[in-house]
Amino acid sequence: MKWNSEQLAWLIRRHAVEMTHLSGGSHIGAILSVADIVAVLYADVMHYRPEEPDWQERDRFILSKGHAGASIYAALAEVGFFPTEELKTHYQDGSRLSGHVSHYLPGVDLSTGSLGHGLSVACGMAYAAKKDGDTSHRVFVVLGDGECDEGAVWEAALFANHFRLNNLVAVVDHNHMQSLDFNENTLELEDLGAKWRAFGWNVLEINGNDHEALHAAFARVEAERDDTRKPTVIIAHTVKGYGVSFMQNDILWHYRFPHDGWEYDGAVAELHRQKPSGVTDPYTPHGVPAPVRPEVGDDPNDDHTFSRTWHPRYPEPMRRVEAAVGSCEAVHPAAEEKA
Amino acid sequence: MRDTFVRTLVALAKENKEIEVVTGDLGFGVLKPFWEQCPDQFTNAGIAEQNMTALAAGMALSGKTVFTYSIGNFPTLRCLEQIRNDCAYHHANVKIVCIGGGFAYGPLGMSHQATEDLAVLRALPDVVVMAPADLSEAEECTKALARHKGTAYLRLGRGGEKRIHTAIENFQIGKAIRVHNGERVAIFSAGAIFDEVTAAYETLTEQGFRPAVYTFPTIKPIDRETIETVSRRFELVVTVEEHNVVGGFGGAVAEVMAEMREKKARLLRLGIEDQYGCAVGSQAYLRRQYGIDRDTIVRKILAAV
Repeated sequence: MKWNSEQLAWLIRRHAVEMTHLSGGSHIGAILSVADIVAVLYADVMHYRPEEPDWQERDRFILSKGHAGASIYAALAEVGFFPTEELKTHYQDGSRLSGHVSHYLPGVDLSTGSLGHGLSVACGMAYAAKKDGDTSHRVFVVLGDGECDEGAVWEAALFANHFRLNNLVAVVDHNHMQSLDFNENTLELEDLGAKWRAFGWNVLEINGNDHEALHAAFARVEAERDDTRKPTVIIAHTVKGYGVSFMQNDILWHYRFPHDGWEYDGAVAELHRQKPSGVTDPYTPHGVPAPVRPEVGDDPNDDHTFSRTWHPRYPEPMRRVEAAVGSCEAVHPAAEEKA
Repeated sequence: MRDTFVRTLVALAKENKEIEVVTGDLGFGVLKPFWEQCPDQFTNAGIAEQNMTALAAGMALSGKTVFTYSIGNFPTLRCLEQIRNDCAYHHANVKIVCIGGGFAYGPLGMSHQATEDLAVLRALPDVVVMAPADLSEAEECTKALARHKGTAYLRLGRGGEKRIHTAIENFQIGKAIRVHNGERVAIFSAGAIFDEVTAAYETLTEQGFRPAVYTFPTIKPIDRETIETVSRRFELVVTVEEHNVVGGFGGAVAEVMAEMREKKARLLRLGIEDQYGCAVGSQAYLRRQYGIDRDTIVRKILAAV
C-alpha cells in the first residue's frame, strides 16, 4: 500500500471534487463525509489483492450508501484495482463508473444504490463464512444514517445479532443529514447508538473524520473479535461535506456539484491548504493559484434547499435541529457531544 | 406439491452440502423433514423477507445455492427489489420458492393469493420462472433448479395436487411438455391449474373434441419453438393459468404469437380477469368464481371454436 490513510483520504476528496465537477454528479457531501472511513479501511484495515480481486480470503466490503460511489471508485483506483485515469469517466457514456456503486468494477463485491440492502447481503456473506468455519476474512459494510430509516436495515440488525455474526463490522456514516434535511428533522434517529445496542450489537461511537479514532476503533474490533459473539457497529459521527467549508452541513451539497468558477476553485483551493505531504494532485498539481472568489449574491447557502428549512412552512414541532442560516456551522449537537 | 418439493430437496441437499434453505418463518410441518435431516443447511430468517432475500444473495455470492421459502406473495412482492438488485443483477444462485401460487390459500383472503407473481417475476432479466403442473413436474423443476446457476423463481401449489404425468423424459428448463396429441385446439397449461385443464380435457374428449394439451413448467424462458410450431398447425391456442390474465403465462405466449409472420391459430387467454380475489372460499370455489375451473374452461373453448 503506497498511501497512508490521510493521504488516501485527501486523494479521495480531490478525485471526488474532480469527478462530480466533470460529470455534474450528485452526492459530493456524502462522499466527503465518508472519505475518511473508506480511506482508513483501504489503507490499513482490510486485506485485499488488487491484482487478484476475487481472492477468496479478501475482506468483503459493501458500500451500502451506494450514492457515495465516487469514494470507493477513487479508493479502488488509488490502491491499484484500475487506473486512476478511468475516474474521469464517472457518469459518462460507456463508463463502468455509475453514480451508484457497480460490481462490474474489479474490487466491488456488491452493486448498491437502493438503500437498505447492503447490511442484509453482508449478513449473508458473514453467515456463509461462519457456516463454512472460514475465519480467513471479515465483512465490512458502510451504511448511511438516513439509510437507517429503511426497515430492512433493522431486519438485518436482528439477524446479525441472533446468528452472532462477530465477523461482521458495520460502520454508520453518521453525518446527521439526509436527502432533504437533518436526520432529526426527518425521522428522529437519536439515540442511534442505543438503538443498535438494543438490537444486541457492540456499539462504538467515534468521530468518523478523525483517523486516529477510526484506527483505534477498527483495532479494538479486531482485538475483541474472539471475546465477543456479537456483530459490531461503529457509529462514526462525521460532517457532511467535510473538508470543503462551504459544503459542510449544507443539504444543498447533497445534490449540487462544484460548478466552474468559485465553487470548483474554492473547493480545490481549500483541499490544497490541507494537502498532506507526499501526494500529488493529478488534476491541478499546483492548486488553483488565483481562485475565482464568490461575489456578493453568490452566497452558496442562499438556496431554497438550504438545510434549515427545506419547506418554509415546516411544522415547528417536527423541527429538532436549528441551524443558523448561512453559517456553515450547523454541526449537529449530538455529534459534538459524542465526538 | 410442497411435500414433493421438500422430499426432493432433502435428497439433493444430502448430496450437495452447498444447498441451503432459508425460510421466512413459514413451513410448519412442511419443512420439518428438511430441518430434521439437513439441520446444518437450514435457517429460519424470521418474518423478514427483505432481509431473507438479500441474505440469500450474500450467501450465494459466497458459494451457496440458496432456496428461500415462503408462501403467497411474501417471498416475491414483499422483497422484489432484493430479488432484482441483489439476486438477479449479481447472478446470485438464489431460488425463490413460493408455496401457494394462485388461489391455493383461498379462504385466507386476498393478501395470500399470489395472482400477479408470474408477470412480475417474468419482467426481471436473468430470472428463470417455473410453475410445475403436478407432482412429477415439481420434482423435475426442483432438480433442474438445484443444478441451474443463477436466480430463479419456483411457484408451487400447496398440497393435494395429483401426479398426472406418468413419466417425464428429458426434462429441461425452457421446454414445454406435450401431454396429449390432438387437432384444431391446443391447450397450454402452466402451474397447478393443470388439474382443471385435465378435467376440461376429459369433458371435451367426451364431447368428441380432441384437443392437444401441453404443460409449460417454465414460463421464462418461454418455449418459443413449441408455441410457434403449434400456432402454425392448430386453429386455436388456449392458455390457462391461475393468475391475472395480464402479463403472465398467457402474456408470454401472446408475445411470441404476435411476432410470428405466419400462423394459423388464434389465441384465447384464460386467467383471472384483471381483478383481485375478494371472494372468500376454497381454491375450487375461487377457480369457479374467477372463471378458471373445468366448466368455464370447457365453455369458453367451445365458444371460441
